[in-house]
Amino acid sequence: MSEHKVIDARGSFCPGPLMELIAGMKLAQVGDEIEVLSTDKGSADDIPEWIRKVGHDYLGSREEGGVWHITVKKTK
Amino acid sequence: MASRRMSIIVVSGVRERLQMAAMVASVGAVSGNEVSVFLSMNALAPFLRGAPGVAPPDGEFGAIAATKNVPSFKTLFEQAVDLGGARIHPCSMAMDVLALDRAKLEPWLGEPLGLTKFLDDARDAQVWSF
Repeated sequence: MSEHKVIDARGSFCPGPLMELIAGMKLAQVGDEIEVLSTDKGSADDIPEWIRKVGHDYLGSREEGGVWHITVKKTK
Repeated sequence: MASRRMSIIVVSGVRERLQMAAMVASVGAVSGNEVSVFLSMNALAPFLRGAPGVAPPDGEFGAIAATKNVPSFKTLFEQAVDLGGARIHPCSMAMDVLALDRAKLEPWLGEPLGLTKFLDDARDAQVWSF
């Protein structure tokens, strides 16, 4: 059964949130959704680029109170 | 996903250059590229086993970054290896000059490499220098 996991990377600067996401992706199962919380605007722009580049499903981003929530589904 | 070979030469011991080299290596490696890093000259000392991931700033940015939660360049280089399969090689000449043996360097570094071998490996690769 797929899980929804949250990685809290608030306070870390680029590329910290991306690297934390990738470490989480390594441990996740195919089909799991991972949501990264980041206060770094650069990472909010960069993480979706990485997701598209490596071929996972980018499920979207939203910003709430200075925190970006970026969600990806592991596809492979 | 398109893959390319990236060869990164690092000779500077200042924070900004080490940081940028680590960012290029880590993001490049986890994006499917074959990354090889060659550490020489002043860039080798921070990779002594157990040395903190700090380096003197070259300017204002480096001084400010030291006060923020910026990932350490050593952490990023190690993640490049662990998460992206990068290879990070100490320069054999620099090790000779500094009288270092392999056991004094971080265990996640690759085998020492001479410049001839690195240049041969870098043939047809995208080359970055810091």
